[in-house]
Amino acid sequence: MMQKIETIFVDLADWFIVLLQGWGIPLAWADAILLLVQFLGVVAIVLFNITILVWLERKVSGFIQERPGPNRLGPFGILQTIADALKLLTKEDIIPSKTDRWIFRTAPILFMTVSVMLYIVLPLGKDMQVVDLNVGLFFFISLGSLSTIAVLMGGWSSNNKWSLIGAMRSVAQMISYEIPLALSLMGVVMIAGSLRLSDIVAAQGNVWFIILQPIAFLTYFIAATAELNRGPFDMPEAEQELTAGAYTEYSGMRYALFFLAEYTNLVAVSALASTVFLGGWQGPGLPSWLWIIIKTWLVMFVFMWIKWTLPRIRMDHLMAFSWKVLIPVSLFNIVATGFGLYIFKGLGG
Amino acid sequence: MLSHSATIGIFLLLTVCFPVGAMVAAWMLRAKPKVDPDDKKLVPYECGVDTIGPTWIRFKPNYFLYALIFLAFDIEVVFLLPWAVKFQMLGLFAFVEMLIFITILVIALWYAWKEGALEWH
Repeated sequence: MMQKIETIFVDLADWFIVLLQGWGIPLAWADAILLLVQFLGVVAIVLFNITILVWLERKVSGFIQERPGPNRLGPFGILQTIADALKLLTKEDIIPSKTDRWIFRTAPILFMTVSVMLYIVLPLGKDMQVVDLNVGLFFFISLGSLSTIAVLMGGWSSNNKWSLIGAMRSVAQMISYEIPLALSLMGVVMIAGSLRLSDIVAAQGNVWFIILQPIAFLTYFIAATAELNRGPFDMPEAEQELTAGAYTEYSGMRYALFFLAEYTNLVAVSALASTVFLGGWQGPGLPSWLWIIIKTWLVMFVFMWIKWTLPRIRMDHLMAFSWKVLIPVSLFNIVATGFGLYIFKGLGG
Repeated sequence: MLSHSATIGIFLLLTVCFPVGAMVAAWMLRAKPKVDPDDKKLVPYECGVDTIGPTWIRFKPNYFLYALIFLAFDIEVVFLLPWAVKFQMLGLFAFVEMLIFITILVIALWYAWKEGALEWH
């Protein structure tokens, strides 16, 4: 029984391929159709998680600030996000007259596309990966950094001073924190000896990388918070001074796409954190796809906790923290990992 | 089996359909009132104050300095990745070599720091 639940999705995929082949469809086409189903699965995961996440974020913030949070629609206000989505869907679409129209229109689509593409390499359970790239981690980092361009496109094309300042801050912050993000994953890659995410999960069979690489986990977590433009690093959209940063001129569905993409990124980055540092889908008792969900939600809860507890950091402190603290620390971590591998694994000796 | 590149390509096409589909759905559902091109609604929103001067101007050089240092370090990351993957097989020579490489970059970082490129003005 346990085994059945464990492999339910893999079995379903196999059964689907066999079924399609039974209808006389060649294997390549059957794979392509399966890919469509997987894509729909990813979209369902994204939408479901975001619906819960946006509601939970508001509930958690309400709890931390000692107020009820959304509590009118449905039990505990759980339908609030759906009402919000419907409102944004039916809102009038306003494109201000002085914008650079095509860039303005492309930016939210690019942002959303990049965010959903991140899920293609994430192992969402045992053998549950759309594609197991041998450069999976690198693919994730490089795609993740593309969202910088979308934010800059949105901010620049809006022809609004708040948007431009917000976009510039956002780019400066994201490129600064991208380096410690990539460097902190380097220690893990050295121990696992692979960029393939399934190999990295397999390498954590005995001990999770958060124990072997505690400094890397901390730097990764801080850099990821900044990459996601989340508090306390939310200078780019500091609502008290820049209204909404790069998103000021966006309304209706376009704004919703930016908003959704930010949360899509949050889920993806938390899933990567649990894959790389918290043992991925491995865990006792429960099926693998449930473990990754539990771990991802725990990481996301910590993100929320930090956002609603700490005050915003000033721009100069923010940049200085990346270049003067995080980068030296993560470089030191790489060197320390190198020495550690020589001492404990007896390499070369 | 589809190759990895084909899978990523098809997935990319499908992924583009997702936001485009959302935009199309919104286009079908939303209110579309006639808006006069001179309507105040289409003016950039800067908290109700009329916008003054052009927005697309030369920007603070600070950002440019960060971009320059970023380039150097990002290339370092690209060099480090293959080394980190094969670290356990490469032996002591590669380790020492990478130590020298990192030292050079730390010196570069220290120099940028000393020259004030990391200060926010």
